[in-house]
This record gives sequence, structure tokens and C-alpha cells, in this order.
Amino acid sequence: MKTSPFLLTVILLANVAHADDIATIKAVGPGAAGAAEARVASEALTKGGAKNLLPILKSFKGSSALASNWLRSTFEAIADAETKTGAAIPKDDLLTFVKTTSESPEARRLAYEWLLKRSPQLADQLIPNMLLDPGPDFRRDAVERLLKEAGDAKNDAATAVYRKALQGAVHEDHVKKIAKALRDAGDEVNIQQHFGFLSSWKIVGPFDNKDKKGFPIAYPPEESLDLQAEYDGQLGKVKWEPIATEDDYGMVDIARQIENYKGSLMYATTTYTSSKDQQVELRLGTPNAWKLWVNGELVFEREEYHRSTKMDQYKIPVSLEAGDNVVTLKICQNEQEDSWAQSYQFQIRVCDSTGSAIPSSNKTARRETAQGASK
Amino acid sequence: MNSQLIYAVMMLIAVAANCQAGDWRQFRGNAANSVAIDEKPPTELSGGSTAWQVALPGRGVSSPIAVGQSIILTASSGYGQDRLHILSFDSETGETQWERQFQATGRTACHVKMSVATPTPASDGERIFAFYSSNDLICTDLAGNLQWYRGLGEEFPNASNSLGMSSSPIVIGSTVIAQVESDAEAFAIGVDAESGETKWKIDRPRKANWTSPTILPATGSSPALALLQSSAGLAAVDPETGTVVWNFADGASTTPSSSVVGGNIFIPSHGITTLKPAADGRSFEQLWNSSTLSPATSSAVVMDGMTFSVNSAGAMSAGDIETGERLWQLRLKGPFSGTPVAANGHLFYFNEKGLAFVVKPTREKGEIVSELDLAETILSSPAVADNALYIRSDGHLWKFANQF
Repeated sequence: MKTSPFLLTVILLANVAHADDIATIKAVGPGAAGAAEARVASEALTKGGAKNLLPILKSFKGSSALASNWLRSTFEAIADAETKTGAAIPKDDLLTFVKTTSESPEARRLAYEWLLKRSPQLADQLIPNMLLDPGPDFRRDAVERLLKEAGDAKNDAATAVYRKALQGAVHEDHVKKIAKALRDAGDEVNIQQHFGFLSSWKIVGPFDNKDKKGFPIAYPPEESLDLQAEYDGQLGKVKWEPIATEDDYGMVDIARQIENYKGSLMYATTTYTSSKDQQVELRLGTPNAWKLWVNGELVFEREEYHRSTKMDQYKIPVSLEAGDNVVTLKICQNEQEDSWAQSYQFQIRVCDSTGSAIPSSNKTARRETAQGASK
Repeated sequence: MNSQLIYAVMMLIAVAANCQAGDWRQFRGNAANSVAIDEKPPTELSGGSTAWQVALPGRGVSSPIAVGQSIILTASSGYGQDRLHILSFDSETGETQWERQFQATGRTACHVKMSVATPTPASDGERIFAFYSSNDLICTDLAGNLQWYRGLGEEFPNASNSLGMSSSPIVIGSTVIAQVESDAEAFAIGVDAESGETKWKIDRPRKANWTSPTILPATGSSPALALLQSSAGLAAVDPETGTVVWNFADGASTTPSSSVVGGNIFIPSHGITTLKPAADGRSFEQLWNSSTLSPATSSAVVMDGMTFSVNSAGAMSAGDIETGERLWQLRLKGPFSGTPVAANGHLFYFNEKGLAFVVKPTREKGEIVSELDLAETILSSPAVADNALYIRSDGHLWKFANQF
């Protein structure tokens, strides 16, 4: 069958139109920059209906978080309208998109959730194969199913399912549950390694942080990192000392392992060996004020004391170089007397955006971690 | 007519033009003081007063707002509470009119008791302004179409609190005003309601602050002012420019918020401290202070010449608004996180365990006239619109209305 030149032109123009609209949306920036234009583009895409759903989903990849929310909102406006009118949506295309793991996990999840509204049985079809999916929500669903399966099984069969579930688990609650079941069954679980916690550090201090004045002061370890150096500390001469943690969740507990010096600060440093140049997330948990450097570059700082802490409290995207990368933390304790304000601790791990550990390729570091966790 | 008076009149006209009877446009109502004196919600909550109940797709401490025939609510879901929901329900039937979801762009860490959907959304009658602990400020039209999106968590990544942020935005004229205040970074921002662009941004005391701004209404030649509370006190701010017009610097709570009723300001400061703004709005006179009326988490409410507070033990205190003298106390079952609403001559309290108390106050005593156990954790504040009462838990939204 021949397609007329006129029809081809119309199709081509339509595609150009939606591409322009998507480009307009992707150009939004902080401060509501581009919002007026994005509003018009979103409206045009919405009027275009279901045929724009897939192009919108495909454009998530590489979009900023703000642009992704504009795209998401436009997708939902179309899908909502199509659902209310009972119109067909391109189910097969969306299903293929969900299965394409190279696409944006957020967009794939969006498509999946809308498909699920019309076809709830899709969960049984898709989720069991998503244990190692790049999308943490898909992984979570897959682990949930395995936990239920393990709960219904007994002895070795249950252990085998828990083992399988652990491979995909990226969330603390799941790992805790799985680790308990496996350990109860006599299995060994290295939670530190599973999450990629950095467990072996060099630490120096205390330096003065009375009245919280030390946070902005660049003490010598900030100027140059010399692990052989000796410094004038808060209470006398100080030098770098090794400190390691055997805690499952990589907690370096200064108050317990060294001393809870009130109104003080410490520097801790470690080396992480990356197998290649790569983007990773450093995930930090601490109730203390802190500054973090990677290869001498300050990547974030935060002056907040004792407003709670949790694993993965801070997610800091950083670029690592192939080979050794130096991670240095400044951690500050204030002088609060409240019982809930006595923690002086931190935990840091290296992972990808899903929360999956990216282990150091330094074999010594890996061995030390494994030995520490198995004691 | 001088320019200030013209401006004040224009603001009043703008508010009147957009304000539909029965709306409840923001946290603690259109006047941000929890008073809905002309509304007649049922005072007997048990029995047949439940008009509808709907299940929610996520958690939340935020309160519903009412705009026309829609009840708007926010929620958050997902393992990291990073999925942000805006929901619109038909006020008559409870049916979902539309829902939009977004991915949080800022930090979602918060205390287990709180939720990322803790701040209550606001509306100018044409748009919804949904705000979250992650500092995502999202504007949609009344049909759910995205108008603009501010990722204040990305723009100002240190302005967050690891326990969670709870301050709810307000709208004055064409400005959306939000307080984003934490130990690490603190500011207040005035955002243009139509464009989403920043009109002004001012530094605020760097200390964790969970209070919400309130409104000092326009009077005479004095335009409406935004009242921003913090541990340092209370600042009156021009909503158009962010200019601080006056400042009460004697300290205030960082949890319950101030209210303006009858032209006087009731501040949770050293118990309760009251201020009377000058006629030109450029200064204030301090009236009385009462340490016996100190509110805990819930904000104080003023009705019928009395102020009502609840302390951390769940004891309700009534005070005379002319003198600050405590009139009586009534034992309720606490603890309370949400602020009660005053309507139909009664006060409507919901405690954290989901127990509702309807209290009839007089000068002599307070009497519990109705109780209801919703058996779900409720940390939010009720809303009143079109003679109905709305309350949400983590799991449900209820409407209570008189039977016809």
C-alpha cells in the first residue's frame, strides 16, 4: 500500500511538533525558568492524545528531575483523559518500553503503573523477572514477592529463596529481614559488603569546635592530607590513627570507639579504588555536622546537629576516577547535653542510584571489609 | 486616596473576587487562624454524620483544602516517601476527580511520625500550590494541569531538616509565601502565583522551625501583611516585596503557629503573647502575656472572646482574650498534633490516636458534646467548608456533614 506524500508530510510534521514540545519541556530549569513555554508545550502534547505517550516516556532519559516531573505530569494528563473516555492506549508499545531496561527506570515505572490499572495481572508476568532491574521500585516488588514465597516455604527451600532475594535487595528493611532469616538458619551474611559500606578509615582529632565555631575553620587536614603528619589538636598533639567498624551498617562510632569529645571535630579519610571513571552515589548517615571531600574537592557540607539520622540520609552524586579516590570527612560534635544529642558517628557507602553497592576494586580493602564483617 | 489605600482596596477586591463562599483555601483556613465562624458542620460526629470516606494512596499529615466543589489533598508514598501526590476529590461524592504524582527533587528524610506530605497545600481559587517536606513547590490549575514547578530542595539543598519540614504556604494577593527554615539554611520566599518566579527571598533565623506563616489582614490604609514566626519572634512582612515592616523580637515557639483574630495577634511566645497592630500597620503594641495558656504542638484557637490551647498532657485551657486570664481547663485525651477548628460555636479536636472531641465552650466551662473513634493515627488538622468537616489520616479522608 502506498502512502500519499500529503499523509507522510502530515505525519512528519506531527512528529516534529511533538519533538519540539518535548524539547521545550526538557529545557525547564530552576526558578521556574521555561515554565510558561513548558505549560503551552504540555497542553499541546496532551491535546495530541495517546500517540504522544511513548515519545514522552522515551524522553525521560537524560532529563533533569524537574523536566521529568513535567513529562510525568503530561503523561498522566493524557493517560487520565484516555482512561476516562475509555480510549485505547498503546498497550503493546508501553509493555515493550517497561521491559527495556536501558530506558529511564522512572519512566518505565510510570508506564507500568498505568498499565497495571487496566491489567492487574501484569504484575505476575513482569515482576518475578525484575529482581536485578535498574529500577529500585521494580526490585522492591520482586523482593517482596520472594519474601512472601520464602515465608511460605520451609528449611532449605526457604533459605534458598532468601538467598535469591538478597541478590536484589537494595532497601534496609528488606536486607534486615533477609539477613535475620538467613542467620537464624545458620547462614553467613555480610551486610557491610552487600551495601558497600566503607569500613576502614584513618581518623585524626579532636580539634576545637567549642560553640560550634570549628565548622568553618580549615584545620590543617583540610589544607593538605598528610597521613604521617602530627597536628596541634584540641587537647594536645594528634596524629592519624586507624579505625575500623564491624557494624553491619558500617557505623563508625566515635563516641564509643574513641570518646565523645564535646565541642570537638574529627577528620576521617579512606581510599576507595574505582574500577573505572564513573558516577556513583556516596550515601552518608550522621546526626552530626559534616563536610565531605572526594579527591580534595568539597562535594557537600551541612551544619545540622542532632536532628535525627538514618541510613542513606544524604545521597551525594560524585564522579570517581579510575584507580584510587580519597574520601575525607570532617565530622563535628556540639555541646548539647540532651540524652538524644550524644551520638558522634557516621556511616558512608558507595553505590549506584538504585542503592546497589559498587564495591571497591582494591582487593585488600575488600578483604578487610569481609574479615571485619565475619568476626 | 493615597497609594497604600489604593493597594489595600485592590487586595481586598482581589481576595473577594477569588474567594468563593465555603472555600477553605489553606492551612487553618482562608484567614489561617482555624476559625470558620459562619460554617455549620455537625456537632454530633457519631451516627450518620459521615458523608463519605475514601482510601488514600499515600501517607500525610497535611490537611485537606476546599476550592469550589473540590477537596484537594496531598500525600506521599514509596519506600523513601519520595512519590508526591496531589489528589482532587468531588466534595459531594468523594470520587476522585484527578490525581497527579511527582518525584521528589529534594531530601525526603523525616521523622517516622512525620511525612513528606506534611505541609498543607494552598489555593488562590484558580490554582493549587502543593508544598512538601522535600521543598518541592508544585503549582497546578484546578484540573491538575502543571503550571510551574519549583524544586526548592535542588535550588537550596541545605535548607532541609532531617526530622522533616512542616511549614505550610499561604497566599496573599498574587504571592505564594513559604517559610523554608532549618538549622543549616533558612529563608522565606515569595513566589509569583502565576509564573512561579521568585518575587523576593529573605534570610531567616537559622534554626529548625515547623511553624506556618499567617495573615494580618488589610485594614484601612494598611495592606495585608504576612506574619512569619520563628524562635526569634514574629516578623511582619510585605507580601509583595519581602520587606520586614515590623518585628516582634521576644522569641516564639517553633511548633504551634500564631493566629490573627479580631485584629489582634496571638503568638505562642512565653505561653501566649498578644499584639495589637497600629492602625497604619507599621508597628504594634504588646497587650498581655499568659504562661498558663501555653500551647504544646497544636496552635491556639480564638473564638467567642476566648482563646483555647492544649498542653502536652492533653489538658485544654480557655483564656479571656482581653486579659489573658485562664477561665477554665478541660481534660481531653491527648496527645494532639493537629490544630482544632472553631466552627458552629464548637471546637473540633482530633488526637493522634484518631479520637475526635467536639467541645462546646462557654465562659464558665467546656463540655465534650460528642466523641468519635476513627481508630487511625491522625496528626493533621481538620478543615471546614460548605457546612462540612473534613479530616485525614495516613489512610483515609473523611467528610462529616449534617443529614438532610
